[in-house]
Amino acid sequence: MQKKLVTLTATAILGLTAVSAQAAILDDVKAKGYVQCGVTGGVPGFSAPDSNNVWTGIEVDFCRAMAAAVFNDAEAVRYTSLTSQERFTALSAGEVDVLSRTTTWTMSRDTQLGISFVGTMFYDGQGFMVRKADGIESALDLSGAAICIESGTTTELNAADYFAANGLEFNTVVFVDQDEVVKAYEDGRCDVYTTDSSALAAERSKFANPDDHIILPEIISKEPLGPVVRAGDTQWFNLARWTYFALLEAEELGVTSANVDEMLGSDNPAIKRLLGVEGDFGTPLGVTKDWAYQIIKHVGNYAESYDRNVGPATPIGLERGLNALWKDGGIQYAPPIR
Amino acid sequence: MTDIGFVRSELVTARPAPVRTTGAIAWAQKNLFATPLDTVLTILGLLFLAWIIPPLYGFFFGNAVGPNGTVEQCRMENAGACWAYIAAEMEFFIYGFYDIPEQWRPNIVFALGAILLVPLLIPKAPFKRTNAVLFIVVYPILSYFLLAGGVFGLKVIPTEKWGGLLVTLIISVIGITLSFPLGVILALGRQSQLPIIKTVCVGFIELIRAVPLITILFMASIMLPLFMPQGMTVDKFLRAIVGVTLFTSAYMAEVVRGGLQAIPRGQYEAASALGLGYWKRMWFIILPQALKHVIPGIVNNFISLFKDTSLVYIVGMKDLLEAVKTKNDTALEWQSANTATTGYIFAAMVFWVFCFGMSRYSMYMERRLNTGYKR
Repeated sequence: MQKKLVTLTATAILGLTAVSAQAAILDDVKAKGYVQCGVTGGVPGFSAPDSNNVWTGIEVDFCRAMAAAVFNDAEAVRYTSLTSQERFTALSAGEVDVLSRTTTWTMSRDTQLGISFVGTMFYDGQGFMVRKADGIESALDLSGAAICIESGTTTELNAADYFAANGLEFNTVVFVDQDEVVKAYEDGRCDVYTTDSSALAAERSKFANPDDHIILPEIISKEPLGPVVRAGDTQWFNLARWTYFALLEAEELGVTSANVDEMLGSDNPAIKRLLGVEGDFGTPLGVTKDWAYQIIKHVGNYAESYDRNVGPATPIGLERGLNALWKDGGIQYAPPIR
Repeated sequence: MTDIGFVRSELVTARPAPVRTTGAIAWAQKNLFATPLDTVLTILGLLFLAWIIPPLYGFFFGNAVGPNGTVEQCRMENAGACWAYIAAEMEFFIYGFYDIPEQWRPNIVFALGAILLVPLLIPKAPFKRTNAVLFIVVYPILSYFLLAGGVFGLKVIPTEKWGGLLVTLIISVIGITLSFPLGVILALGRQSQLPIIKTVCVGFIELIRAVPLITILFMASIMLPLFMPQGMTVDKFLRAIVGVTLFTSAYMAEVVRGGLQAIPRGQYEAASALGLGYWKRMWFIILPQALKHVIPGIVNNFISLFKDTSLVYIVGMKDLLEAVKTKNDTALEWQSANTATTGYIFAAMVFWVFCFGMSRYSMYMERRLNTGYKR
């Protein structure tokens, strides 16, 4: 009996514990050969298993982009499913190198948890869904309508604030569980369902007839979702941040995974700098000078990732909205690479 | 006055029992319609069955979409269970994120486990000792290297990719095989005369029993990393196994202690009088009797451990139930009114099969070992 215990324990300890030095994260990552990426348990479009049981999603693509920048290989990523309670502990304890898990950027998180937000991969915000047949076109028409809502959430507070500010009558049907809220809306117990717009879209895609429901244009709260890294490691933070900017810059310059090889011959100096044809912006980040080329080649630019995972052609069907580039009317903006 | 008597010269041939005491009608009269209340209850029961069975049959079979169906069929009005969804996502439910080309490795582990476990469970099968050593010592090590890879040119599959039924079974099997001996040792320790051993065992049992399993798993996933030296991590899977095992062993200890206390003092004294030492006394005299008493309690713990494995979703692991839930939430291409329901029904059926199996086996063992008290 004891022999068995000892054997098992020894095997387990040898195989399953990992000690890494307190060196820079990038050095650790290079030494172990992969990026450890913290993701959700499964949120369609953001991080979820696809039909081949491989992680996909816009947030997964960010981790793949980082792996491409470091290893020239977007598959050099290992994923850890994290619950919302354990995500920050896992990040600060070094269990994951980057947390890309529908995490809202707030001041207290950014300043008090020993973590740094890299940027906003996705501007989310609370929206309203109604039945098309009801003929409602704006949230301002919702006075007195029965609203299905999850109790004790910021969702509820945001909606109450919005209704009070606009002088509308606030009439809620409260549930404790998100699934119950959706069910109640689907069964017609209320006229309106409100939560973050990305979740609204994902839930709508599960309805029997998604086209019977519309998401109103008003967004009443700010939920900037972005990747997070441990605070204090500037090199790793910069690599994460410029991976994000490279995705945006590539879209802005029209560089896609399909045309990136042709673009190597482009005369546009901005493209030359982005792809490492001119100048070397990779070495200061601790990677090779073609880092952005590798990202675009393996993952694509921001638009490709968006369209593939959450865009109008997917079941989630989210328009770009705020997430369009600044020149297209959105607020996604990358500083110049020079 | 002589011819007044009549004496039969032969026995009356036995007549068949009245029709109304045998056969289906009589049985029904006796058991279903004996009193007016019985009659009313029977009719209500039949009405209930008539009300519940056709829709259930329709949902599970009649209107259900078979494994080869399409999502369009599942989305049709009045469609029943969407078995096609289960068939399509079966790989995720069984293996989780385990690389599809490498899934022969868990298959071998499953097959080896069955081959080693079945003879171990059949009392008449030979080579018990070799079999036990193979199952308890060789099999876990072999399985670990086979599943994790990194040796003999096998591709490394980190434990984050393990999931589904694979995880449920690994945690249960390891939990069951470790928590039982641990529980016995703790129970013996709790009865020990040696103060340190006794204190440690009592302290452990009372500490672990006083907190919910969910708390232990939370501790393992959220607190533990904070205590570890910076940069050192312990695999989440290992943490979950250790948590579940320690938790069950504390309960197991109390069940075994119940058995120990049922053994009359005379048995202990008789064993001592034979000149046996402590371990021999326990191994040959006390434990065989004590454990026999508490088989239902032990199996109860095994079954609850098996079901409790689904709590490992707290540490972000995808056991069978969580794998089903993940696909219910994310497999948008399979969404229909009954998709999620079908997924949960599938998970419930799998859990039921395993738990019912354990329960039946324990009843068999009880009957087999019930030698001393059979009346």
